[in-house]
Amino acid sequence: MAVELKPGARFRSAVCATEIVVIKAPTGAVDLRCGGRPVVPIGDASPAGLEAEPGFDGGTLIGKRYTDGTDAFEVLCSKGGTASLSVGAELLELKEAKPLPSSD
Amino acid sequence: MHVGMLLQMAADGMGERTAIGSRATGMTMAEMAVRARRAGTVLAGLSGERVALVDLNSGVVPVALFGAALAGKPFVPLNYRLSDEMLCELLRRTAPATVIVGGGMAGRVGSIPGIELIGREEFFERTADPAVEEADPYGGDPDSVALLLYTSGTTGSPKAAVLRHRNLTSYVISTVEFAGAGVEEAAIVSVPPYHIAGISSVLSSTYSGRRVCHLETFEPRLWVDQVRAEAVTHAMVVPTMLNRILDVVSEDGCGLPSLRSLSYGGGPMPLAVIERAMTLLPGVGFVNAYGLTETASTVALLGPDDHREAHASEDPAVRARLTSVGRPLPTVEVVVRSEGGSPLAAGERGEIWVRGEQVAGEYEEHGGAPGDGWFNTRDEGHLDEDGYLYVHGRLDDVIVRGGENLSPGEIEAVLLEHPSVLAAAVVGIPDPDWGEKVVAAVVPAEGAVIDEDALRSFVRGALRSTMTPERIEVRDALPFNEVGKLLRRVLREELADRFG
Repeated sequence: MAVELKPGARFRSAVCATEIVVIKAPTGAVDLRCGGRPVVPIGDASPAGLEAEPGFDGGTLIGKRYTDGTDAFEVLCSKGGTASLSVGAELLELKEAKPLPSSD
Repeated sequence: MHVGMLLQMAADGMGERTAIGSRATGMTMAEMAVRARRAGTVLAGLSGERVALVDLNSGVVPVALFGAALAGKPFVPLNYRLSDEMLCELLRRTAPATVIVGGGMAGRVGSIPGIELIGREEFFERTADPAVEEADPYGGDPDSVALLLYTSGTTGSPKAAVLRHRNLTSYVISTVEFAGAGVEEAAIVSVPPYHIAGISSVLSSTYSGRRVCHLETFEPRLWVDQVRAEAVTHAMVVPTMLNRILDVVSEDGCGLPSLRSLSYGGGPMPLAVIERAMTLLPGVGFVNAYGLTETASTVALLGPDDHREAHASEDPAVRARLTSVGRPLPTVEVVVRSEGGSPLAAGERGEIWVRGEQVAGEYEEHGGAPGDGWFNTRDEGHLDEDGYLYVHGRLDDVIVRGGENLSPGEIEAVLLEHPSVLAAAVVGIPDPDWGEKVVAAVVPAEGAVIDEDALRSFVRGALRSTMTPERIEVRDALPFNEVGKLLRRVLREELADRFG
């Protein structure tokens, strides 16, 4: 189930503790999933009893950013969990950012 | 995203780390988050649409900043060094608002319509009360206003720069690694809370998990003592502070063994001062950060490796980089344009324009941000062949004294109020300690005799000591061009020859 995303929108996983916030959103709907299951907007009830599908159980880490490999789509993990983020069946990539020297 | 999320993530991911104060007795990230949530409820219940602060630095500042965010009210830290008159003027513009005031500040403010005061201690005590409900930690709309900061502009009257939650959080998540600080790291904050660097240090330290020690107000001996006592690893100073810190360190010879990173910004750094610092503090990595209030802090920086390379180089072009502000952040675009707006080639001087998610470029008085996202900093500068940015000064003639922007027009207006003055002009001339110092030229009214000391006292009484001209030249005329515009550059050169 694809959803329209906008920066600042928050979602959580239907299968684990993962929570995310959208940093960059592409135009058009995105089939954003965690553990292979569609993510749920924060505040909405989530379906009970779901588990991560095989291959989507690598986990997420708090404070890490994930992308689909393009510059147009990026989410930040605000709570870590045991399942993995994907768009459809394509796993999101961990965004490796070169640390900058502290300036403040 | 919303500023509240930065704190909640810190509380979730590293709640046991000390956020503020000494390691033994300080407040943890989790405790700070609880305080901020209660502050959100307290501030939402107080009158007004904004939360202002008139106070020195302390651990109350982060709680007030995050609390205002969770209350959905813009935070407006005001310059407590302003004259009473100017402070009240800004409060009238900030109304309706609740103002958190430190000791001795309430009497200066008096009674202003739409302004309710709450003492700092009372505010902080209320956030310790478990009976106070905790506000939603994630906050509301990322597009809402997080911060209003009054900046000195070209005209005498300060402008209110508007920073939205998305500007501040973009800056933090693109420049700071979450929980990236070692547990042993500590930062000292000595820039005042009404300065963008004072705000960004709260946000960056929280997100990186770095403990913060506050210095109420900057004094070099206290700063050095606290760095040693608290084993401070990171600090940010304006150039004027650095030279005074070096005097203390050089005199007692004890160094700053815990310090790893010292960043500086807020005004031009004299080459002699940074070279002295690198020699006296060889174990420290220096970072020159260039940014503006309107850009939510740093947009370009010269890192420790750049400093060392430039310092050690025989090549004049590489060595000159010590006077640059380094390269733009990966998430910020910088171009130098002519007055007409066309991009200039490397080496050519022009106006510095910036663009990025963190760039707000918005003022309360002038409505929205520029449509195409490009913000004209009004700073003059150039980029070199390797992309290093050099800043030459403010196009607007604002005097930058010790990191503080001073508007010449504001000082001139006061001089002109004095009965003995017919005409007045104020400029900044280079100064090794302050970057620039304030000097004036005045033309006496007919038959009047100018008493320099009396005139300086007059300015100090109406404004403040940092805005008082250090020297005043009495002359028969000011240099104007054919259309009656003051030739500031000519005057600056003449006064620099005389008083420099």
